[in-house]
Amino acid sequence: MDIAAAKMIGAGLACIALVGAGIGIGNVFSSLINSLARNPSAQVTTWAFLGFALAEATGLFGLLIAFMILFAF
Amino acid sequence: MAAESSPLHQFTIERIAEIHIGGLDLSFTNSALFMTVAAGLVTLIMLLASRGGSDIPGRLQSFAEMLYDFIANMLEENVGEEGRRYFPFLFTLFTFVLFGNLLGMIPYSFTFTSHIVVTFAMAATVFVGVTLIGIFRHGFHFLSFFVPHGVPKPLLLLLVPIEILSYFIRPFTLAIRLFANMVAGHTMLVIFAGFVGSLGVFFFAPIVMDAAIVLLEFLVAALQAYVFTILSCLYLKDAIHLH
Repeated sequence: MDIAAAKMIGAGLACIALVGAGIGIGNVFSSLINSLARNPSAQVTTWAFLGFALAEATGLFGLLIAFMILFAF
Repeated sequence: MAAESSPLHQFTIERIAEIHIGGLDLSFTNSALFMTVAAGLVTLIMLLASRGGSDIPGRLQSFAEMLYDFIANMLEENVGEEGRRYFPFLFTLFTFVLFGNLLGMIPYSFTFTSHIVVTFAMAATVFVGVTLIGIFRHGFHFLSFFVPHGVPKPLLLLLVPIEILSYFIRPFTLAIRLFANMVAGHTMLVIFAGFVGSLGVFFFAPIVMDAAIVLLEFLVAALQAYVFTILSCLYLKDAIHLH
């Protein structure tokens, strides 16, 4: 296989990692809305943003690999 | 692909003043410049804010007090009374990462937190320091940290290696999380900006997207500084209270 084509396919495959990040972030904020709707005085927004950052980071590892395949090598 | 047009070009380190001492390259780079600016800016703000010390704080004093309270409360809630001793370190860590991330949001500036050597140096310092605190406080009892409570004996064979692995992986995840967030965000901005020329009449779409990403990046810049600090805080709690 042509190496340039293989790089493109590899970068595309690496982006699949973002599926997990999407599910995770959606889960975090749906839980936040759920809990705030049930108990509006709950102090959970800070924890939700911590969860958002942790979930987003795992997806970005994959995105970073894609960027490195495309631009760094 | 030409080096100039690569989205990763913004992360290149350039030597500003060449300094070589005994075969060591100690040149003053743009990375070092922005670290100095970040550290200097924090010091300046805190010095100016604490100069007057009035009962009714002005804008600058309120800002400094908010920063102080934020970290002090974080330590109080997570570590407790023993955490007060480590306040200066965590406050420095938080403000340094925060100002580094925010300085990187200025166009044509340099984000020093986008280099893994910088983030890993900070994460390794936290890891080594926290481990030493744990060993000095508890001695050999510190090893009980790796043995979960109330687990059947045969299962320990499986769980102890996992606990040890997840302990030693901490500095790497801490460093890569900050580094990956900064690199991915800034690279994404340049990639979307590159679409402006090639899309013809739809040139405005990437610009709108870029504006949205800039907003997200400001959120991420503050959030990642917070995450870096609160995770250091939780690691400190583990070392002091052992689960």
